[in-house]
Amino acid sequence: MNGLATALITLLRRDLILALRRRQDALVVLGFFVVVVSLFPLGVGPDPQLLRSMAPGVLWVSALLATMLSLERLFSDDFRDGSLEQILLAPQPLSLLVGSKILAHWLITGLPLVLISPLLGMQLGLDGTEILTLMAALLLGTPILSLVGAIGAALTLGLRGGGVLISLLILPLYVPALVLGAGAVDAVMYGSSAQAHLSLMAALLILTLLLAPWAIAAALRIMLD
Amino acid sequence: MSHAAHVVFPAHRLDVEGLVAERGERLLIQGLGFSLAGGELLQVAGRNGAGKTTLLRILCGLSRPLEGRICWDSVPVQHLEDGPAAHLAYLGHTNALKDELSGEENLRIQSALQGRRVGRDEAWEVLGRMGLGGHEDLPVKFLSQGQKRRVALARLLLVRRPLWILDEPFAALDVQVIEVLRSALEAHLAANGMIILTTHQAVPIKGRQRTLTLGKAA
Amino acid sequence: MAEQRVQWFKFASPPNFYDLAGRLAPWFGGLAAILFVVGLYIGFILAPPDYQQGNSYRIMFIHVPTAWMSMFLYVLMAVYAAIGLIWRVKTAEVMAKAIAPTGAMFAFLCLWSGALWGKPTWGTYWVWDARLTSQLILLFLYLGYMALHAAIEDRQRAANASAILALAGVVNVPIIYFSVVWWNTLHQGASVTVTSAPTMETVMFAALLVMTFACWMYAIAVVLWRARLELLERERRAAWVLERMGEKA
Repeated sequence: MNGLATALITLLRRDLILALRRRQDALVVLGFFVVVVSLFPLGVGPDPQLLRSMAPGVLWVSALLATMLSLERLFSDDFRDGSLEQILLAPQPLSLLVGSKILAHWLITGLPLVLISPLLGMQLGLDGTEILTLMAALLLGTPILSLVGAIGAALTLGLRGGGVLISLLILPLYVPALVLGAGAVDAVMYGSSAQAHLSLMAALLILTLLLAPWAIAAALRIMLD
Repeated sequence: MSHAAHVVFPAHRLDVEGLVAERGERLLIQGLGFSLAGGELLQVAGRNGAGKTTLLRILCGLSRPLEGRICWDSVPVQHLEDGPAAHLAYLGHTNALKDELSGEENLRIQSALQGRRVGRDEAWEVLGRMGLGGHEDLPVKFLSQGQKRRVALARLLLVRRPLWILDEPFAALDVQVIEVLRSALEAHLAANGMIILTTHQAVPIKGRQRTLTLGKAA
Repeated sequence: MAEQRVQWFKFASPPNFYDLAGRLAPWFGGLAAILFVVGLYIGFILAPPDYQQGNSYRIMFIHVPTAWMSMFLYVLMAVYAAIGLIWRVKTAEVMAKAIAPTGAMFAFLCLWSGALWGKPTWGTYWVWDARLTSQLILLFLYLGYMALHAAIEDRQRAANASAILALAGVVNVPIIYFSVVWWNTLHQGASVTVTSAPTMETVMFAALLVMTFACWMYAIAVVLWRARLELLERERRAAWVLERMGEKA
């Protein structure tokens, strides 16, 4: 195994171990997702038809907010204890190391959202194929949320009120993922196919995978300059 | 304590020319230049805010200077094959340790990130040399400040880089740890390594050394 | 070729930019005022009422140019930001920062005029029409850029960090636009889009063109002024600033 692979796997393992030893962080995000979704019926009333038609949007917006909540800590812990400097000094390309950290972030926060979404979907009255579509859309979409969000997390590193600022910077950039993700479930609900939505979402994911790590690496270098 | 300097570094050279740097729109460093060869220590002195930390961060490649060149073995650092920092180890104000991980885990992860895989035995051996025997697998959050600093110093020994850049390494250390650090520095110089450090305390170190005072003109 | 490059760099040097911008800005400002008067005259007096919408369509002469401007300016801002980030040209950084408030103002005017136009056309101030929605998101992007700039104290770092954000935004703007249009068509949005102008007569087109030029001239004048002030602040310790301020004192 060469040095690059070692470094990438080491960083991924480190973040996963840290998440395991600080389990409450990931659980809080998941809990937030569940609570927000469960509050909607209390706000709009228990009419099953209404809830069903709102479900895709509610689930996606809640997923955006839950991701948002987890982003602030993505780099700030490493920034505070000085580990981030050491990552910047490593002989491996920073954009790849950053990719490793984001993969860890997605495994810790994005994937659990995907896994719990069927339960919430059922709660809001979605049926089998709709739930499968929802999961597929979230599976393709949550990595986009982590990648794009990481740009905001890097740009607000060390700033006062960074957490609130991230939302203003990043939520507008989440619009395409939201439209495609919620649209996919809507399409199935109204009897057409979600294939177009999911293909576009996959294309968006590839584009984000290509561009975001570069932007995050540049942002980190700027904020630590 | 043994001077277990089983590595001897080949002859290297660090050349800095015409460095200009500013911090928050204040010109801190103007036209700075120096050279450093194997076995030499450079102490960067100057009052608070004279740009000592800024200089060290520029030498690491963390900050960009406005002008000037930094060459390692006559190659500008930004053109080095493994990036601008593959020849150095940096110890800043922070220890870069993860509280939830043990000393051993911290060391092995850090070394792997810097491109050197370290086995468990080697990590334990270095921790023992730092006087941390028996604490190797304790989460770092249970260690005292001085002990944490020792783990951070152990990292320097493990990554085996010829150039050490240390920002206030003696700050907040008890006498015992200062002694450990002093002998580690001397061993590094004896192994033909280079050291650039800032310090407020006068700690006598054996070896060739010079002092560079910043902010004299201001 | 080489000579041209030298000239460009000369223009980009802060003192030269400061002087040149100071000389040019009033001209652009004056031109903007004249064009606004002419454009409003053509649009509101010469142009005939529309057979379908009556007089309310005239809001288009404000709405459409501001929509165009807000989008152009975002791209222009990103271009300047990129130049500043890659070649470390201070003047370009300052220009990017100076464009943002004007772009945001145009986006806001576009939304406001859209709402005013919506009332007589749809009977409601706000419709989730694709163009209005994407303008709203564009306004958010501008606000985010300005907020980030304001949040970072070190000016150099602020310029670099917001440049990254502007670039991330400009890659996203077309994607956002198309996704919103798509969303709108799938959800059976409003049947009349605000910007679908009634059959365009020459005189209407002329008014639209003149108003667009007026907005451009205004934008250039204001941005140059703002960039000048920003440059003064950033370079306040430089010899050229002290020299020029000394003259006026």
